[in-house]
Amino acid sequence: METKRKYSVTEKKSEVISSLKDFGSKIYEQMEKGDFPSITMPSRSTQNIYYDMNLRQFILGDKSVRRSARNIRHVKPFTQLVWVARFSHELTTQRKTSTLRDVYYSAQAYEMTFKDQQESDNIITDLETVLGLSREDFNIFPEERSAVFGDLTIEYTVPGYEGKTLNLTTHPDGVLIGPALTSAEFVNTTADKIIAIEKGGLFTRFIEENVHKKFNALLVLTAGQAPRATRHFIRRLHTELNLPVYIFTDGDPWGMHIAMVIISGSANAAHLRELNTPDAKWSGVWATDIVNYKLPTDPLDEVDIKRLYELQKDPRYKEDPLWQREIKTFLKIRRKAEQEAFSRYGLTYIVDEYLPAKLEETK
Amino acid sequence: MAQATFEEISASDFFYRNRDIAGFTNPSRAIFAAIRELVENSLDAAESQKIPPDIYVRLSFEGEASKDTQIYKLRVEDNGCGIHPRYIPSAFGQVLYGSKYKLKQMRGTFGLGGKMAVLYGQITTHQPAYITSSTGLPKIYSFKLMIDIQRNRPIILDRKVLINKEQWHGTIVEFTLEGDYLRARSKILEYFKQTAMVNPYANLTFVDPKGRLYKFTRATTDMPNPPQETEPHPYGVDVELLQRLIQVTPHKNMLDFLKHHFHRVGDVTAQKFLEFSGLNPSKNPKKLSHEEIVRLMHNLKKFKDFLPPDASCLSPLGEELLKAGISKELKPEYLVVHQRKPATYAGHPFIVELGIAYGGEVPSKGSFTIYRFANRIPLLYDEASDVSFRVISNMNWRRYKVSLDMPIAIVVHICSTKVPYKTVGKEFIADRPEVRREIANALREAARQLQHFLSKREHVDKERKRLGIFAKYLPKIAQFSAALAGKEKLPDIERLLKSVQKYGDEA
Ligand SMILES: Nc1ncnc2c1ncn2[C@@H]1O[C@H](COP(=O)(O)OP(=O)(O)OP(=O)(O)O)[C@@H](O)[C@H]1O
Ligand SMILES: [Mg+2]
Repeated sequence: METKRKYSVTEKKSEVISSLKDFGSKIYEQMEKGDFPSITMPSRSTQNIYYDMNLRQFILGDKSVRRSARNIRHVKPFTQLVWVARFSHELTTQRKTSTLRDVYYSAQAYEMTFKDQQESDNIITDLETVLGLSREDFNIFPEERSAVFGDLTIEYTVPGYEGKTLNLTTHPDGVLIGPALTSAEFVNTTADKIIAIEKGGLFTRFIEENVHKKFNALLVLTAGQAPRATRHFIRRLHTELNLPVYIFTDGDPWGMHIAMVIISGSANAAHLRELNTPDAKWSGVWATDIVNYKLPTDPLDEVDIKRLYELQKDPRYKEDPLWQREIKTFLKIRRKAEQEAFSRYGLTYIVDEYLPAKLEETK
Repeated sequence: MAQATFEEISASDFFYRNRDIAGFTNPSRAIFAAIRELVENSLDAAESQKIPPDIYVRLSFEGEASKDTQIYKLRVEDNGCGIHPRYIPSAFGQVLYGSKYKLKQMRGTFGLGGKMAVLYGQITTHQPAYITSSTGLPKIYSFKLMIDIQRNRPIILDRKVLINKEQWHGTIVEFTLEGDYLRARSKILEYFKQTAMVNPYANLTFVDPKGRLYKFTRATTDMPNPPQETEPHPYGVDVELLQRLIQVTPHKNMLDFLKHHFHRVGDVTAQKFLEFSGLNPSKNPKKLSHEEIVRLMHNLKKFKDFLPPDASCLSPLGEELLKAGISKELKPEYLVVHQRKPATYAGHPFIVELGIAYGGEVPSKGSFTIYRFANRIPLLYDEASDVSFRVISNMNWRRYKVSLDMPIAIVVHICSTKVPYKTVGKEFIADRPEVRREIANALREAARQLQHFLSKREHVDKERKRLGIFAKYLPKIAQFSAALAGKEKLPDIERLLKSVQKYGDEA
């Protein structure tokens, strides 16, 4: 099947470069006029984070903050921000990428020291907020990597690979969702759904059991909480290829929340759009599955329970009776189960019985 | 039981046997004490005539004495008043012979110091001492002396008279002694440095056995006013002194006796006192019985209406000179000095002068550096027993925003006709409440000013740091934004930097 709309990676890149340049020009002009440069950006304080029912994600409210180089407390972070912009500009124009950690270390060459990586990560988030772009757009990636496997052919846009294509079944361990893949164009696919899986063990089992063929699916390993690049990648698969997304996690509050972040995003990324996939489905493992499938369980511990009460009040969970029901069930049974728990019924049970049932149930 | 034998010993014999109490405890201490005694005599001799002292001290190696000790020749030259030839032999050859028994502030008091040095040299090396002196008259006298220890008398081995063409006045003392310079070296250097600190009008030169030259140059030729001689104050007398006064007095009745021999006692006070103690004003003092003298002494101490002693007999350094001395030796970043008004303890007037130096060559070593002086003599031993040390340690420094790790030196100078030394060693001052109070008050006053300086400096520091931050980052913003905007020319940030300067040029 041909993809309907080609995601224009190149176009996006030049958009990023020009908004970085605009940002620099604005500061340059303020200084030329004899003013202290300043910028205004939406506030990311918790008081300014709202849940938008329509977008089904967190967004930032109207409050904004002004950062001015006139202010002794701002001048350093302000300089760091301009430096990160300048560094990102270099990355994007030279078509290079950098990890968050690289950024932290690169700063030292410019005598722009960050106290720790936390501080440089924060400044990068500032730049995202100012530009309304995510760091991956200006070629900065986190270290953690997740993977994808299935019949999808992509075409690279990274230097040296332009025009080359790759079918994502080529390598049986899956393909890393890294900068080269996230900047690739989708060429075609035979898949009709996406299955996102929390854990590496199950991802490998699914490949071995030919789940991609049996269910016509692209398999995505989130490797725990899905990195932003992966969330954005899932969203692209969903919107550009028009494929439904099913998420399988462990049956506990943490697994549940991994699914929720893919669906509704995180408060940390309230300043960004298009990282979430509101139509994605959490297919399991539910608390009710634990009961219905009589899965071997462990007791919920204190932190699990505390987390459940937190989630119960979270706006992302309030909307949907399914989530509320599952939280209540967890609290009632006080048990949790890992995806591996299905092995109790034999190694293929999960693929033969559970998976088709749940895909059907959450269709 | 064996019959105890009594033998009379002379004063020199006594001090020879008890040389510890005069500071000649061991070979390293002895060499230090010898230099110190002679330098102090020289300073006294110059100051008494308001001559800015020029003192030259040379210690030269003469030979090995034992495994740890060597024989040195010590030579001390000064430009002081000199000694009349008639007194030279006794001044250097008779213990307890001195010119400084009157009541005024001087370094020497006992008539002992110089002789102990000469005596020690004679005992350890069996060599005579050479004294050359002139009072500025046309002749210079030179003596070769030894001390007859048993009889406490000088033995003149040779005497020369030279023509004094240059009208030189001063004294040169030269003799050999055994000692351990290597061990004594740091104390000796410290002694010169501290002496220079409280005698900023003196030139001190020291050439050590290795030929190294240490020079402490005067910072001023201003000198403190020399002290006036005074009569003893009634609160400070003891029976011994009363008996001596009665012996020498030409006055035939108690009223005149009191009026003429006691400090600040006039007609009215004398009459009131006699009434208070029930003594007949016309009684002849020479007729007082021993019991009556003892009672008189007690009554003198009890009577409340004596005027306090005045300080004319004292010669404090004064704030200006103290400042000059500390500045030249410590080169501090900040210095505050404070002189207290005269006070008394047990009838003895005293004045406390104090300075706090911050930064410069003052080290920060986790505790303050304390310099103690009494009558312009540095006290180098037994610091922890000294009253100043206690007052400084007990002070609540936090109140003044001062911490022990700051580079702070505290200089305490006490001058008095009778410095309340705790021991004969003249190394530390006893903890008398009156003295303690004066030191504490001076310290508080100086600390207040130090605090003021520190907070002002902190302010300036903060401001400098603030400007430093702008100066560091604004150029970078200019550079990065120019690169982003694709501009060759950097935006001008000078105006911006100017505008963040709150205090103009001061900061
Ligand atoms: N360099 C000198 N110039 C002038 N006179 C001196 C000098 N050295 C000593 N004298 C005289 O010799 C006397 C004896 O000195 P000595 O050092 O023995 O005792 P002192 O200084 O009176 O008391 P102290 O025992 O406290 O030192 C002094 O009082 C002084 O009159
Ligand atoms: Mg003397």
